[in-house]
Amino acid sequence: MVRPAQASRAGRTTGGPGVNPAEMPADRTALRPVVAAAVSTRRGIELLLLAFAAVITTGALVLVEANQNQELTLTLLYLGLAYLALFAAAHVAVRRFAPYADPVILPCAALLNGLGLVMIHRIDLAKAANALARGNPVPDADALRQIAWLTLGLVLFVVVLWRVRDHRTLARYGYTAGFVGLVLLGLPAVLPSALSEVNGAKIWIRVGGVGIQPGEFAKILLTVFFASFLVAKRDLFTTAGKHVLGMTFPRPRDLAPLLIAWVVAMGVLVFESDLGTSLMFFGIVLSMIYVATERSSWVLIGLVIFGAGAFAAWTFVDRVQVRVAAWLDPLSDPASATYQVSQGLFGMATGGMLGTGLGAGRPDLVPLSSTDFIFTSMGEETGLIGLMALLLLYCLISTRALRTALAVRDTFGKLLAAGLGFTLAIQVFVVAGGVIGLIPNTGQAAPFMSYGGSSLVANYVLVALVLRVSDAARRPASDKSRPEPGAAPTPPRTPLAEAHTEMVSRSGAAGGAEVDTPPHGQPTPPRGRSRE
Amino acid sequence: MPELVLQLTRAAFLALLWLFVFAALRVVRSDLYAASGLRAAVPGRRPSKGGAAKPGRGGGRSGPKALIVTAGALAGTRIALDGRPIMLGRADDSTLVLDDDYASTRHARISQSGDDWYVEDLGSTNGTYLDRNKVSGPTKVPPGTPIRIGKTVIELRT
Repeated sequence: MVRPAQASRAGRTTGGPGVNPAEMPADRTALRPVVAAAVSTRRGIELLLLAFAAVITTGALVLVEANQNQELTLTLLYLGLAYLALFAAAHVAVRRFAPYADPVILPCAALLNGLGLVMIHRIDLAKAANALARGNPVPDADALRQIAWLTLGLVLFVVVLWRVRDHRTLARYGYTAGFVGLVLLGLPAVLPSALSEVNGAKIWIRVGGVGIQPGEFAKILLTVFFASFLVAKRDLFTTAGKHVLGMTFPRPRDLAPLLIAWVVAMGVLVFESDLGTSLMFFGIVLSMIYVATERSSWVLIGLVIFGAGAFAAWTFVDRVQVRVAAWLDPLSDPASATYQVSQGLFGMATGGMLGTGLGAGRPDLVPLSSTDFIFTSMGEETGLIGLMALLLLYCLISTRALRTALAVRDTFGKLLAAGLGFTLAIQVFVVAGGVIGLIPNTGQAAPFMSYGGSSLVANYVLVALVLRVSDAARRPASDKSRPEPGAAPTPPRTPLAEAHTEMVSRSGAAGGAEVDTPPHGQPTPPRGRSRE
Repeated sequence: MPELVLQLTRAAFLALLWLFVFAALRVVRSDLYAASGLRAAVPGRRPSKGGAAKPGRGGGRSGPKALIVTAGALAGTRIALDGRPIMLGRADDSTLVLDDDYASTRHARISQSGDDWYVEDLGSTNGTYLDRNKVSGPTKVPPGTPIRIGKTVIELRT
């Protein structure tokens, strides 16, 4: 990783205003004696980790069935194998379309997804038992529907890897993506409540029996938009204004883009009454501007105006007031208004450090325990220790995305990968923070785990994009004898960019090793040697 | 399920979960010391792309073969010349993307005409210098003569 001192020095001497800080350390500090290790594709490790994830998932399923006194049959093994097969297919797609992609991201997502599926199944069992006890018809199993969504998500995952051969092509559709993203974000607000409102939050589009949350897709489209917008208009954000308290503040007239984002975020908060989506959208904007400009003043300004806006929304919007009241005192009205939050807290308290054991708790007591409150369900049954492991898995995915941003050569790729990493991190923060009472609870789905199709599908698209960028970042230049299959038709923006940059030597290089790097990861013409 | 078995499986499951986390972290750790932005190269494979050069010129026998950055943030960078023009600037699609405060988005172009290479300023703010003279029109670049753009110095080498 980048050593902070070196990075900041580089940022000051050669970077200065207008230069993306992340751009330089990648070339400079990365030179290590073990350069050759990057050449291995590490796909084997990915497969190994995926198999490990399948073992854990199957084990979890067996535990649930045993604790719920269900029959232990071979079917469980088949389910585990089916899960492995599904992800093996995704793995094969990665092998074929992005052979140098990061080996950790997909297995982490797979494990989170597997444990989520087990938990959804476990809550299905509890619901069915409840319904039987009351003589009601047994509700449909959510787990099966979730597996269908998972299949769809993985199909889209493969399609994205297959169709998007070079992440830079996405930069061309930046404004289109931004427009579509905004429409998706705003659509539920203008639709009639019958079509868009579930449990008070107007963030749905429900047609027929299927509901999707367009905001989940909007977050990816908007990340693409901001990445391309910031690449094109970075100067706008780096013009220096006043220096106050050691921070360089932007000139007031340069605040317009941030204010527009703020208006959108406030619109979402007021018209869709959903703090989660609003916070996520604005968080993505802020983090990406910060990544692009290295100015903490933007974050400060953003947080201040968001806080002010949220305070205003709290003053005027009833639903927000209810949520905030439940946040400030979760036990104030445990019978009705704060029932969900307080039950979630009780659930986690019951779990304690080690949890009650999978299938041995009562997570179904919490309303929406398989969607928004799946963290409390996991917290109850696997305890703090299990929950921390899950959060670490999210952390891993997110840091790998940021790592990719450091390594990739082109600015758009950097911003895209960093933005997607932040998207995931912010979403987890909003969900986890909501259920543990750190921030007002909002109805967001935990990525990969919660029951809910839009979130699952959108997050697999997100993972596919990150893998695409990381493939470009880790692909060795000498591998061009095996170009990405079918990649030829994606031309660089100008033929000029086809020339190749090679590093022959640089001060401080270990042993003057000859290293070679194409200009911002440009595919160079075929060479004689194949690496595989 | 008996209580003892429940307790054991519960602990075993958590151990397994953390084992996965550590396995993933191990992969990440091995990656930390590997290259990030840099790619390993196979030494001595440069001649193999002779086919890309224009055949009539005999692989640039008489003219310069490479452009080398001798000073500035990108010092040590080398670009093989194969007849195509080289774009210099901060723009992402430049052949050589300059991380230089004094460089413009599209700063200069170095292109070939006959056996000679010419440098041409593309209306940059801070100008392009060949040796010590400011470049106004297309100017012939003899091999070994420094071209200065901000703090970056570039030379053509035979």
